Amino acid sequence: MMHKLLVIEAMSVQNWTYILVGVTFAIYIGIAIWSRASSTKEFYVAGGGVSPWANGMATAADWMSAASFIGMAGIISFAGYDGAVYLMGWTGGYVLLALLLAPYLRKFGKFTVPDFIGDRYYSDTARIVAVICALLVSFTYVAGQMRGVGIVFSRFLEVDITTGVIIGMLIVLFYAVLGGMKGITYTQVAQYCVLIFAFMVPAIFISIQMTGNPIPQLGFGSTLADGSGTFLLDKLDGLSAELGFNAYTEGTKSVIDVFAITLALMVGTAGLPHVIVRFFTVKRVKDARKSAGIALLLIAVLYTTAPAVAVFARTNMIETASNQPYKEVPQWFKKWETTGLITFTDKNNDGLIQYLADETQNELVVDRDIMVLANPEIANLPNWVIALVAAGGLAAALSTAAGLLLVISASVSHDLIKKVYNPNISEKGELIAARLSAVGAVCVAGYFGIYPPDFVAAVVALAFGLAAASFFPAIVLGIFYKRMNKEGAIAGMVVGILMMLFYIIKFKFGWLDDTIPSQEEWWFGISPEGFRAVAMVINFVVSIVIMKFTKAPPLEVQEIVENIRIPSGAAEASEH
Amino acid sequence: MTKQDKAKAYWKENIRYVLALLTIWFIVSYGAGIILKDELDTIRVGGFKLGFWFAQQGSIYVFVVLIFVYVRLMNKLDKKYGYDA
Repeated sequence: MMHKLLVIEAMSVQNWTYILVGVTFAIYIGIAIWSRASSTKEFYVAGGGVSPWANGMATAADWMSAASFIGMAGIISFAGYDGAVYLMGWTGGYVLLALLLAPYLRKFGKFTVPDFIGDRYYSDTARIVAVICALLVSFTYVAGQMRGVGIVFSRFLEVDITTGVIIGMLIVLFYAVLGGMKGITYTQVAQYCVLIFAFMVPAIFISIQMTGNPIPQLGFGSTLADGSGTFLLDKLDGLSAELGFNAYTEGTKSVIDVFAITLALMVGTAGLPHVIVRFFTVKRVKDARKSAGIALLLIAVLYTTAPAVAVFARTNMIETASNQPYKEVPQWFKKWETTGLITFTDKNNDGLIQYLADETQNELVVDRDIMVLANPEIANLPNWVIALVAAGGLAAALSTAAGLLLVISASVSHDLIKKVYNPNISEKGELIAARLSAVGAVCVAGYFGIYPPDFVAAVVALAFGLAAASFFPAIVLGIFYKRMNKEGAIAGMVVGILMMLFYIIKFKFGWLDDTIPSQEEWWFGISPEGFRAVAMVINFVVSIVIMKFTKAPPLEVQEIVENIRIPSGAAEASEH
Repeated sequence: MTKQDKAKAYWKENIRYVLALLTIWFIVSYGAGIILKDELDTIRVGGFKLGFWFAQQGSIYVFVVLIFVYVRLMNKLDKKYGYDA
């Protein structure tokens, strides 16, 4: 026994990572074989009989991407209070989803978001616009996930990013193509368990270390464990002020901008096709409501822990590095320096690390993305915990990638081939088309993961904006405003998207002027990120005004609306 | 009550619930977490300034509760109108 323990102690981070990643991958593949899809209904909506708990877990894993797992706590630890836009934005959207969208879309009972838009607005033009938006949103998003997989592999297993992306592609290919929505749903359930365990274990360890409180959500509002009686947040505010940064608990953004960005993120979340489609998989309308609640509960576990992790990591980092002799920095510092994600230049040649807000004197640059990955090392946690974080990051990236790939394959095989080009396609033919488009989508996503174009960040921002400024108003009006017609909805979507494009092109890319205009020129002081919320409001207004001047939708469409408002008699997603 | 009147009455009650819950949704996030943040920050609960706490913790807890309250209310409403079959 003693001997065994020693082996566990001595095993390197890398060996632990191989073991944990290997075991989790074997589980995902096993589940995929067990839950193969044999009909289009199983492929698109997992047969429509998923329990609310399983769907809640799958939705949570689907939603929490590499960005939530790896990126978010890092962003917050550098942004302080302003990081709240992500915390509130990415959770508050579920309230909108549960109250305004999920139950009705479930009752509608088709397979995809373009299905709803196309049928409700009795127009193939609207359907195709929706397909294009869904494809654009999903492709940009999925490329980021594949990149995330590559990065985790390269940092923890010392393979290059390309190999990492290819391994990730093969795994996703296997269970998305074989299992469709059914395979994805049950692997996502497993992935939720892996990622939440991997996120919570280090957070709890560090919370105990720093504050003596095992619950991170309470820990970061507690006093320090060193017996000084100082509150952790006060200490961090003090440290930040000393180094010339803003107090951590204060923001730098204006109130109106924080307001607009939060709203844009909430509405964008509610409008994302890969999240919406999950609610087509449950049995009844009441299950759709319930599983939205469960999904948010499970997401909230990570989202309320992340701000605590951000505070722990920030404090730890400042204390370990600031004003310390460079010669004596710990092992992790050196390791991350070799990846280029930590850089130190001794500007005043005193051999000490000066970490300051003032750029001319600051000597230390830390990439925000390493805060979660390096956190366990900074806190000196055991090797298996560090390896666990790698497995968790992979689970987060793979589960989101799979969900997006399914939206892409359904958009091509169902919305385009079956509904527009070849309505007579057989069930078998459609299933083959769905699988082939999934293969194609994985290859394209992998390509962009290996060769990320420079414009990725900008395109992701755009994709989120499309979801906010186009889908959300069209769906909400389609449910809550019976008289809304196709003229209004299409005009609203087009104007909303154009407004957003204009604002991003002018204030983010600076293509309309010689340089990128300064923040003083923003309309109402709203950043391009926040302007999506404005574009959404404009979409609503334009839709309603145009609708007033055009004729009411046909009676059978009004009947559809009346029907989806009543929860009973929801057939399982129909084959139509 | 005709079938149509019933559907209308059900929808009206549903809208009332949704509006009430979204009002709370707005107050905890945009109100307490953003607009009134500085005022609430003068109040402290343990190490947290209250406005900061609402922005990074409290609003999320309330969101979760709101959805489950909605689920309960709607299940009852479905039963009342016989739509729970």
